[in-house]
Amino acid sequence: MNTIIYAVLVLGITALIFGIILAIAAKIFEVKTDPRLPEIQSALAGANCGGCGYPGCAGCAEAILNGKAPVNACAPAGAEGAAKIAAIMGLEAPSGEKMVAHVICNGGESCVKNFDYVGVKSCLAATKVAGGPTACQFGCLGFGECVSACQFDAIHVNEKGVAEVDKEKCTNCGACREACPRKLIVEVPYKQKVFVNCANKDKGPAVTKVCANACIACGLCERTCRLDAIHVVGNVAVIDYDKCKNCTMCAKACPKNAIEPIPTPEEKEKFKAAQKALAEKKTAEAAAQQSAEPAKAE
Amino acid sequence: MSVTKLLAISLGAILTNNFIFAQFLGICPFLGVSKKSDTALGMGLAVTFVMGLASAITYGVNIILVKLHLEFMQTVAFILVIAALVQFIEMFLKKSVPTLYTALGIYLPLITTNCAVLGVALLNVQNNYNFIQSVVYGVTGGLGFLLAIYLFATIRERTQFCDYPKSFEGFPIALITAGLIALAFMGFSGLQVWPM
Repeated sequence: MNTIIYAVLVLGITALIFGIILAIAAKIFEVKTDPRLPEIQSALAGANCGGCGYPGCAGCAEAILNGKAPVNACAPAGAEGAAKIAAIMGLEAPSGEKMVAHVICNGGESCVKNFDYVGVKSCLAATKVAGGPTACQFGCLGFGECVSACQFDAIHVNEKGVAEVDKEKCTNCGACREACPRKLIVEVPYKQKVFVNCANKDKGPAVTKVCANACIACGLCERTCRLDAIHVVGNVAVIDYDKCKNCTMCAKACPKNAIEPIPTPEEKEKFKAAQKALAEKKTAEAAAQQSAEPAKAE
Repeated sequence: MSVTKLLAISLGAILTNNFIFAQFLGICPFLGVSKKSDTALGMGLAVTFVMGLASAITYGVNIILVKLHLEFMQTVAFILVIAALVQFIEMFLKKSVPTLYTALGIYLPLITTNCAVLGVALLNVQNNYNFIQSVVYGVTGGLGFLLAIYLFATIRERTQFCDYPKSFEGFPIALITAGLIALAFMGFSGLQVWPM
């Protein structure tokens, strides 16, 4: 009986002593933290993706608190998160369009390979070997450096061997943009449907040799666009997303199918016929005008 | 006797009776925190620190327990001591050395559940070590843990880049690696430098 009492007493007393010591220690070693810090942290996405450039969400929350980072520093938290943080910090939330990542390459199978790369399955490592296995110095290597960088399972290498973003899952954290050694991943508006999926800045003939789907800078898209939204800059077509209305005319006009959405052959035929009809109509009109003008002069 | 005995204890704790590879204590943090060598290093240092301090305090607690004939309560009393100790260290570090606190992060409270820490406290009693011997055994046991986890983490970093069958990816290859290092450490058994 005594043993039980002693056991209970000893354990109880030791626990009490430790409890008191810890309570005192908690007072002595108290670290005052800003009450806004945990609030901001809970408003962040909590993925610790590092897309903001700070070490994890805790680092980002601290930077926002100290005014070093903007309230919308966390891209995954989106506009909603930015508004919450702005309310905590007592600032206006900047409104912004939702952006997602996009891979500007559609090479894959049509991209000519210089050699078979056997080694570490990493794009960065592959680019270090004789400039990379792809003949195109701008194309996607497909080893998935971006796939492993993504915390949200939003980017995958598709059956063509090119990385593809799932824009529903993408939070625009920017981790894949950082990871890609060829800088093939860009920020685009979520609503955008038309993309030039090529980044090759070489001249037309050189491009044709390395890829069947690459932009040859022919300028057909530029001439087709009625909104002045697509331009050939540095031997590759670039869409101005502010002006583009997603009419997909440029995609149909592209002789190399380098612009997404890639049209079906029927669509292409139809488009060509329509263009031809339009051109004929124009020449006919011009001819009619010419024949009308001399009549007026008389 | 004293110095040679201490050296023998140190050598035993680090190599021949390494807590992880020979006694299989503290396997949970050993497998869980060994993906990166720098976090493994932080964990190893924290464990060394706690093991040393825990040996010292549990020595005192054990004297009380023996006097009251309550030896059967060693396990529960030691766990209480270790938990309180880890809590105290966490508070202390947060206030005094915030950089170390953030570097250790979640691994600091995890030491409470490290059975190597409880193991060192119980083994001190089993081996009838005096105060100095207990502390030396605790610290060197921690150093043995540090050596083991750091070796393992550096190897694991390398295996990530290797091509092995799909079914071996991740934990299976880590366990095989751990087994192989344990086999290598078996080579130290029977090592006797100073005749005792």
